[in-house]
Amino acid sequence: MAEHTRAGAGTRPIASGAASGTTSARRRPAFGPGARIALLAVVAAGVLALYLFQDLPARWQYPLDLRGRTLAGMLLVAVAVGVSTVLFQTITANRILTPGIMGFDAVFMAIQVFTVFALGPVVLVATPPLVSWGVELVLMSGFVVGLYWWLFMGRRLDLHVIVLAGLVLGTVFRSITAFLQRLLDPDTFAIVQDLAFASFTSVDRTLLLPTAVLVLAALASLWPIRHDLDVLGLGEAPAIGLGVEHRRVVMHVIVVVAVLVGASTALVGPVMFFGLLVANVAYTMVGHRHSRSLPAAVLIGLIALVGGQWFLDRVLGFATELPVVIEFLGGVVFIALVLAGRAR
Amino acid sequence: MIQTDSLTKRHGDIVAVDDVTIELGDGLTAIIGPNGAGKSTLLCSIGRLIRADAGRVVVGGLDVATTRSRDLARRLAVLRQENHLPIRLSVEELVGFGRFPHGGNGRSVHDRARIENALDLLGLEPVRGRFLDELSGGQRQRAFVAMALAQDTDYLLLDEPLNNLDPRHAVELMRLLTRLVTQRDLRIVVVLHDLNVAARYADEVVAMREGRVVAQGSVEQVITVEQLSDLFETPARVAEVEGRRIVLWE
Ligand SMILES: Nc1ncnc2c1ncn2[C@@H]1O[C@H](COP(=O)(O)OP(=O)(O)O)[C@@H](O)[C@H]1O
Ligand SMILES: [Mg+2]
Repeated sequence: MAEHTRAGAGTRPIASGAASGTTSARRRPAFGPGARIALLAVVAAGVLALYLFQDLPARWQYPLDLRGRTLAGMLLVAVAVGVSTVLFQTITANRILTPGIMGFDAVFMAIQVFTVFALGPVVLVATPPLVSWGVELVLMSGFVVGLYWWLFMGRRLDLHVIVLAGLVLGTVFRSITAFLQRLLDPDTFAIVQDLAFASFTSVDRTLLLPTAVLVLAALASLWPIRHDLDVLGLGEAPAIGLGVEHRRVVMHVIVVVAVLVGASTALVGPVMFFGLLVANVAYTMVGHRHSRSLPAAVLIGLIALVGGQWFLDRVLGFATELPVVIEFLGGVVFIALVLAGRAR
Repeated sequence: MIQTDSLTKRHGDIVAVDDVTIELGDGLTAIIGPNGAGKSTLLCSIGRLIRADAGRVVVGGLDVATTRSRDLARRLAVLRQENHLPIRLSVEELVGFGRFPHGGNGRSVHDRARIENALDLLGLEPVRGRFLDELSGGQRQRAFVAMALAQDTDYLLLDEPLNNLDPRHAVELMRLLTRLVTQRDLRIVVVLHDLNVAARYADEVVAMREGRVVAQGSVEQVITVEQLSDLFETPARVAEVEGRRIVLWE
């Protein structure tokens, strides 16, 4: 490129305004984003240790193994939901929509129930879990990617229209699920009913490793576009203007989001408002830069899940499933955000 | 040089840009015309923010449809008429994004210098740490222009950048643009609402109506009673004050 006349030489500034002593306008919070992420990491590590090792009986092998399984499930869900929510909000340029609210997991549930309905409960027993898991994931991700690609690309939809579309789609798929369930015999119904509620305490052990591999692969695929993510958050036109290959990158992100939501839903079941909760707490704590908001969202999710489970189990001694509590909190945040009009 | 070849863009039944073939020279080019003439659509098509339905755009020898977006972003900066951000950013952070096409994270010495220079040129020093949603419309507008400048390109496309600016800042921005043309050899295309501003600062004026370019030439050729009365379908008068053209409406 041609060498231009650089810097201020001879170019007078517009309105130099109050010339001095204005740098104090810059804000320097006591704890920077880096320190806050470190703090979150320490808290998360503490909660993890507490959950794993507190009150282990003398015959510790079995309880530790059980706790480890639950913990692994929570870790994977915290990563999948935290990352997918932040990314989804980046590409849709909003703070209140999440894959859960947009009905991603409802689609997944509908497909699961439809599979059982169409092929009968024997498939659940006869097919190796890994195979049905893989087939379901591919089906669901493909469907979701197609649906939301069609919904989001190449049109400028009002946020309210998108929220409405999401709620309608979610409701439609949930209704289909409910309808199909009614047609099932009681035994099959019980199996399917189990799928419809999130549960961390009954994670299928054989799915942990494949889920972990899938989640890691999805994260790794983000590496080449990591610098584009922040720019994407400015919105479509500014991102294109700054040189992001918008369509390609958004498509990539939609696939990653669908895979992550699919992995999480297949492992523990649907969680609707959890992502909203962790993403918004993360933005408030560390801002919107992805190198910060992604790890922060994951850590906050981990603290909420493990800390919450620990609190319910060992402090309150309740048998309540944690997702109920977290969904309630997330729902409150959702309403607060809508009321506060911070949708944009 | 910017060239378009039979550029066409439709929005449903409306032909927003209708078979436009033009060549925009160096210096500062002003695009004028009534509301809905297709000025923004033409500018955004040139800046590849909108995909044209037909035709071609070449900017500095690069076909905007086939050149890598990143390569283009190093040569061409474009600012739309409306700019809403979905996230909360400070002025400084926004301007820093202008360094993205150059692979900078905004923290290298060269990047810092470009960002400081852009902040300085737009008079944003006093508000550099403020969040955009805490600024006046005019300050925000200037912040977006500063981001485009930090992009350090050869071509700059601006859509009604004087929106929200008070007379002082409007005049200062236009003076800055003319300085950039002479000192940095920047080629600038700017959609202008105010014809007197166009008459005062433009090297070349392009008049659009109903998606077509109806006139192109120097201020003397385009800012005339006949052209303007036709273009805006309102009788115009053109006066000379201190050697400049001033447009009055009947
Ligand atoms: N996104 C859009 N959808 C539908 N029509 C549009 C859209 N953008 C522009 N138009 C129409 O295209 C025409 C040209 O618009 P525009 O380029 O914004 O005009 P100008 O900038 O000259 O006022 C107008 O009739 C406008 O209504
Ligand atoms: Mg316009």
